[in-house]
Amino acid sequence: MDTSTELSSQERLQTRSDETVPAYPMDRAPRCPFDPAPELRSLDEGGPLNRVRLWDRSTPWLVTGYAEQRQLLADPRVSADTKNPGYPHPTPATRARREQARTFLSMDDPEHARMRRMVTGSFAIKRVEAMRPAIQQIVDNLIDQLLDGPRPVDLVQAFALPVPSLVICELLGVPYADHAFFQRNSSTLVNSGSSAEAGLEAQSNLVEYLNDLIGRKLASPADDLLSLLAAEQVATGALTQRELAVTSVLLLIAGHETTANMIALGTVALLEHPEQLADLRGTDDPAFVAGAVEELLRYLNITHFGRRRVALTDIPVGGHTIRAGEGIVLANEVGNRDQEVFPDPDRLDLHRDARRHVAFGFGPHQCLGQPLARVELQVAYRTLYRRIPDLRLAVALEDVRFKHDGLVYGVYELPVTW
Amino acid sequence: MRVTVDQEKCVGSGQCVLSAEKVFDQRDEDGIVVLLDPEPPADQHDDVRQAAIVCPAMAIDLVE
Ligand code: SF4
Repeated sequence: MDTSTELSSQERLQTRSDETVPAYPMDRAPRCPFDPAPELRSLDEGGPLNRVRLWDRSTPWLVTGYAEQRQLLADPRVSADTKNPGYPHPTPATRARREQARTFLSMDDPEHARMRRMVTGSFAIKRVEAMRPAIQQIVDNLIDQLLDGPRPVDLVQAFALPVPSLVICELLGVPYADHAFFQRNSSTLVNSGSSAEAGLEAQSNLVEYLNDLIGRKLASPADDLLSLLAAEQVATGALTQRELAVTSVLLLIAGHETTANMIALGTVALLEHPEQLADLRGTDDPAFVAGAVEELLRYLNITHFGRRRVALTDIPVGGHTIRAGEGIVLANEVGNRDQEVFPDPDRLDLHRDARRHVAFGFGPHQCLGQPLARVELQVAYRTLYRRIPDLRLAVALEDVRFKHDGLVYGVYELPVTW
Repeated sequence: MRVTVDQEKCVGSGQCVLSAEKVFDQRDEDGIVVLLDPEPPADQHDDVRQAAIVCPAMAIDLVE
């Protein structure tokens, strides 16, 4: 027997044993578009840690337990560095993109802390609260246009996407006139079906675009975050212009892909729960609105491809030992349905205290933009249903196209009328 | 109740300010936590406990 046959039989053996490990991600049940995949939840019933098989046939741990997720995400022995060989990449495109350009999402401390702290000040609560009137104005203008325009209308294009895009453009100092360009490229980046080539091309289009823009901000600064960062970081030599461009791509994309999907998907969920929607529409209590947003974040958990990590040393957790170098995928959407933490977890209940949810992740990488996302969602939900009280779907729920293939979950379009 | 914070660990998420704004603030430049009241009155205790639970960096310590 020569070596090549030996190898291939070994490979076959490997493949056979892999076949017993369930493939991840799993499909949601078509009739329950808001719930995690049934297969994920039955895995969870067998324990908080299981092996799954990814697109590249690697078999990382899948963590579904809420407590275990929080434990691991906050553990400094758990790395987010995509350069680690065992890192469980979500798709071929994300792997290729991270090889080309890493942001602080893919770094560990102290490098991560250094890069992240450059921008944290702009997302501090007081800073974001000061933007509330401007966000209200953006939302009101868009609703004026909706009310003046034709019916039915696609709420994604007419409202859900423009709200966060306009806000992040204003914050960063990116011309909104370029929105078709960056929305097209960013939707390539968040589609799990994009090829490595398409992902790399979209990424480099955006990096080039921001690199140019930062160059112009260096020459003639304005009152915006990119000008500030260009002056503080690039002009002083702390970062290269390209490094700042790479970070800015992250801020631009994360700033609208997630919130846009929350606005649209949250609207579908609320329209399917009319008594809850009535409570939200009828309230004058900002604390209730804030709580309702937390519950929608918990219930919908739109980042449904799992947080991705790799163990740096052996870590005992949930009755198993994760070995050094092994990949870890954390399914927040299942953690957010843990009945120990959220009684009757599959019920959307705007009155519950959902603040412990892990929709923004946990640990040092927890979403940086969450204060901004919260204010945008509070203003958007509150104003939309108030000003258009008889808003309703213009198609049957079965005909709404959900983003099963998105790295971020949501709906592709949402025909509504009133 | 005695509260301490670890500014090295803090990631500036502001969860503590949202939970207990009388006890926690954020530095203007970088959003890092500032402790306003290391011995908060009893009516703040629930909010402070909530802050410690939701802090993603586990940067808040309580001794009760
Ligand atoms: S919640 Fe924790 S990480 Fe966030 S600002 Fe407060 S101390 Fe820092």
